[in-house]
Amino acid sequence: MLPELGQIALILALLLAVFQAMVPLVGAHLNREPLMQLARPAAYGQFAFLVFAYAILTEGFIAQDFSIAYVAQNSNLALPMHYRFSAVWGAHEGSLLLWVLMLSGWTVALALFSKALPLRFVARALGTMGIISIGFLSFTAFTSNPFERHVPALSDGNDLNPLLQDFGLIVHPPMLYMGYVGFAVAFAFAIAALLDGHIDRQWVRWSRPWTNLAWGFLTLGIGLGSWWAYYELGWGGWWFWDPVENASFMPWLAGAALIHSQAVTEKRGTFGAWTLLLAISAFSLSLLGAFLVRSGVLTSVHSFASDPERGMFILVFLVIVTGGALTLYAIRAPRLVGGPPVGLYSRESLLLANNILLTVACAMVLIGTLYPLVADALGWGKVSVGPPYFGLMFFVLMAPLVWLIPLGALTRWQGDSIGNVWVWLRTAAALAAVIAAIAWVAQRELPIKAVLGIAAGIWVIFGTFAFLWRRWTTAARGQRLTAEMLGMSLAHVGVGMFVIGVMVTESLNVERDVRMAPGDTVEVAGYQVRFVKSYHEEGPNFVADEGVFEISRNGVVLSEQHPQKRQYLRGQVMTEAAIDAGFFADFYIAMGEPLEDGQAWAVRLYYKPMIRWVWLGALLMMFGAFVAATERRLRQTVREEVRVPAHSAVAS
Amino acid sequence: MNPIRKRRLILVGLLLLGIGSATALALTALSDNVNHFYSPSDVLAGKAPQARNFRLGGVVLEGSSKRDGGTLLAKFTVTDRFKELPVQYEGILPDLFKEGQSVIATGQLGSDGVFVATEVLAKHDENYMPAEVAEAIAKGKEQAQAQSNYQ
Amino acid sequence: MLRALIPLAVFALIGLVLWSGIGKDPSILPSTLIGSPAPEFSAPDLRDPSRIHSKASLGGAPYLLNVFASWCPSCRVEHPILDRYVRERGLRLVGLNWKDDAESGLAWLKQFGDPYSEIIYDPNGRIGIDFGVTAAPESFVIDADGTVLYKHIGVLTVEDMETKVMPLLQGATP
Repeated sequence: MLPELGQIALILALLLAVFQAMVPLVGAHLNREPLMQLARPAAYGQFAFLVFAYAILTEGFIAQDFSIAYVAQNSNLALPMHYRFSAVWGAHEGSLLLWVLMLSGWTVALALFSKALPLRFVARALGTMGIISIGFLSFTAFTSNPFERHVPALSDGNDLNPLLQDFGLIVHPPMLYMGYVGFAVAFAFAIAALLDGHIDRQWVRWSRPWTNLAWGFLTLGIGLGSWWAYYELGWGGWWFWDPVENASFMPWLAGAALIHSQAVTEKRGTFGAWTLLLAISAFSLSLLGAFLVRSGVLTSVHSFASDPERGMFILVFLVIVTGGALTLYAIRAPRLVGGPPVGLYSRESLLLANNILLTVACAMVLIGTLYPLVADALGWGKVSVGPPYFGLMFFVLMAPLVWLIPLGALTRWQGDSIGNVWVWLRTAAALAAVIAAIAWVAQRELPIKAVLGIAAGIWVIFGTFAFLWRRWTTAARGQRLTAEMLGMSLAHVGVGMFVIGVMVTESLNVERDVRMAPGDTVEVAGYQVRFVKSYHEEGPNFVADEGVFEISRNGVVLSEQHPQKRQYLRGQVMTEAAIDAGFFADFYIAMGEPLEDGQAWAVRLYYKPMIRWVWLGALLMMFGAFVAATERRLRQTVREEVRVPAHSAVAS
Repeated sequence: MNPIRKRRLILVGLLLLGIGSATALALTALSDNVNHFYSPSDVLAGKAPQARNFRLGGVVLEGSSKRDGGTLLAKFTVTDRFKELPVQYEGILPDLFKEGQSVIATGQLGSDGVFVATEVLAKHDENYMPAEVAEAIAKGKEQAQAQSNYQ
Repeated sequence: MLRALIPLAVFALIGLVLWSGIGKDPSILPSTLIGSPAPEFSAPDLRDPSRIHSKASLGGAPYLLNVFASWCPSCRVEHPILDRYVRERGLRLVGLNWKDDAESGLAWLKQFGDPYSEIIYDPNGRIGIDFGVTAAPESFVIDADGTVLYKHIGVLTVEDMETKVMPLLQGATP
């Protein structure tokens, strides 16, 4: 009975989404206030039904109702209770339901926190959210119904993919979806502005906190995914330029560009059309990501079961949403008025450089990701694009960007001289040079690329401190540091840490794949690793070979590690690496495979210096985005400003 | 020149410069890093390049996977069910590597006819065969049929 | 004016590329066999070599032909599902023991259960080639007069059984 209720709730939510899309948009077009007022209740109602549907599916997993096909396929009696919650989004159907729920959640947030905005604008934004919701809800209800019955009910189900029985991968998808879906808000604002016709900087101000939040979540989602891949996949890598990773990385890059271009448009009025385009792109790339992951058009190490029908659905939806948005843009953008002129050396020009580099990087990732499809379509054979392509492109494009970061924050709008800025950055430059030199002397095997990377990271971190110092010494008390500035600084320090982490770990890591029998000792990066023994271990739904390893230095035992090789009941084999994590270095041990005599193992012994900085940097970027989203100025009531043209308000 | 025009010109110049150099770079980087995909039938027909990386795909032949005692050198045979090619790989094979399952190996063809892999991938989801492998096997079958018809 | 159309044009191009990629999917690898008669074969039963199976001897009622082997880990995954369908739904299941030796094949069946009504023994994979088997597991829905209705590559899930295999078998019942 319950699953049917869930299905009904899903369909009612869909009907409300249709209502939310049609009525407010028509109302806004006719300027009928009662119709526009209906946008908010529709959004709340839709959310309520979706929460209900989601709760029912969760209940199905908790109560182990194997009459629901989705539950039967993704859980079994042996599955521990805490994984039954996360199993809800463990496969395609349920994760789509989570996606829709989040979209609805963002819509409700938008409805609640937009009371200060003009009703017509809100009606249009919520209407756009409704259109997006229609797409995903009908996708769920018509192609991927999570409540489908399995008759007769099974006595026991399959199992949740063991990869998903892990904390990192439990939180990774929801955070990623929060980011993807969050860009829908910026998208909806852009569409509302285009529909409004008089596209000024208002909409940008309103959408900035939302963009920041979405980007923060996306950063967290990607960071978690990378961290998970590192400790769970058992090969110690943190980024593989896999199509699925690229799918999340492209909206991230577009989002980073959007955050910066929104700042310019909001403060100066320039780049208005460009900002609109980026807002459309960020969300379109999120949809593209969903397409790439769920349609199975690309060979990837991790993706959902491929299904051309689903791929077609998302593609049609992508064409409607993005094609529609860009058509609207083509009609309305020529009416845009440019802002005041930009000085050759000014904050605007630096942010323009930022935007060019970020969007070109995004385009390069897109080209590399889609190239196999193009080659296949044109009959050039089956090809794949190797990670070196992405690595090279990225290095070339991001290296100049990183050096520009401290300049951007310190340079004035409209125009400035490099001399003015340099006064504040001398110390940072000197520090960067000195520390890089020390690092080079201390570690002679450090390649020049890494030395430059360390210098760039230090330059960014201390350049950001220089900006904070200038605010502190020159700004009036009480205005020294806004949330926006603090957030920006946090994020930039995060970029600095990330750069240092990447450069050091990529150039100094030691990877040893060795054959070890109990009692053997292997020397890695000045540490001695001893394979003590291995034994069988039984988990709730797996059996494992567990190894015991002792890490020591100069005869002093530092730690004991227990990596596992698990065989799940469903048949899959998983490597559980043991990681001795540290702020300055990780020690990574993974059991490869048992060798011929059954006693010895192929073992991965990795020494990864400063790899934590990669994720710490990402965390700081996320915090920065969240802090900046709390900026008061962006939440101020603007009702008066809209009713009365800005200049007359000043005149009175 | 008025300031707006000047600004425009600089903007357009910057943009063109960026896009131009990025395209040039992307093209060279792409041509260096695109790995073509071949099946054992393709390789034995001499279609695969020498001294250049490519990807070899197929199924690990049952009973072919061996390790040299005391080392991490793995030897196995990749088949598209019509032709077979020996492969060797030094290192730890992925968890999903199994005989009778799909595999994609990246590496170079040695002069002795052994494919020396630098990377071996097995797909996460073992329910599915990578598209390339399935297609290679289908193609191998066609070739074999064409030959048998000819004889 | 034209400039504003550039993004739309770029997007159209990307859309075209994506569209070209759809449908080239490994799990629906089209089989030339579907809709045509199954290949002729003649082979002994795995459990009782004195029984000889052929296309004609197996005909008369529709069945699911399941390619399995003891060396195939994925076969273990679908095995309980098939077993359940035989016990609970009266599925007629014929096995094709592929590229396997009789001893380990039988041991495997002893360990994991034996739901097969007949098992065609194909140690050197000859029959597998005729059916276009690329890897185990694979399954074929074959109707009463020996026509292949459906080919499934990879593990059969409950969903596959419900949406594809069972409807076809029920539809084919004479």
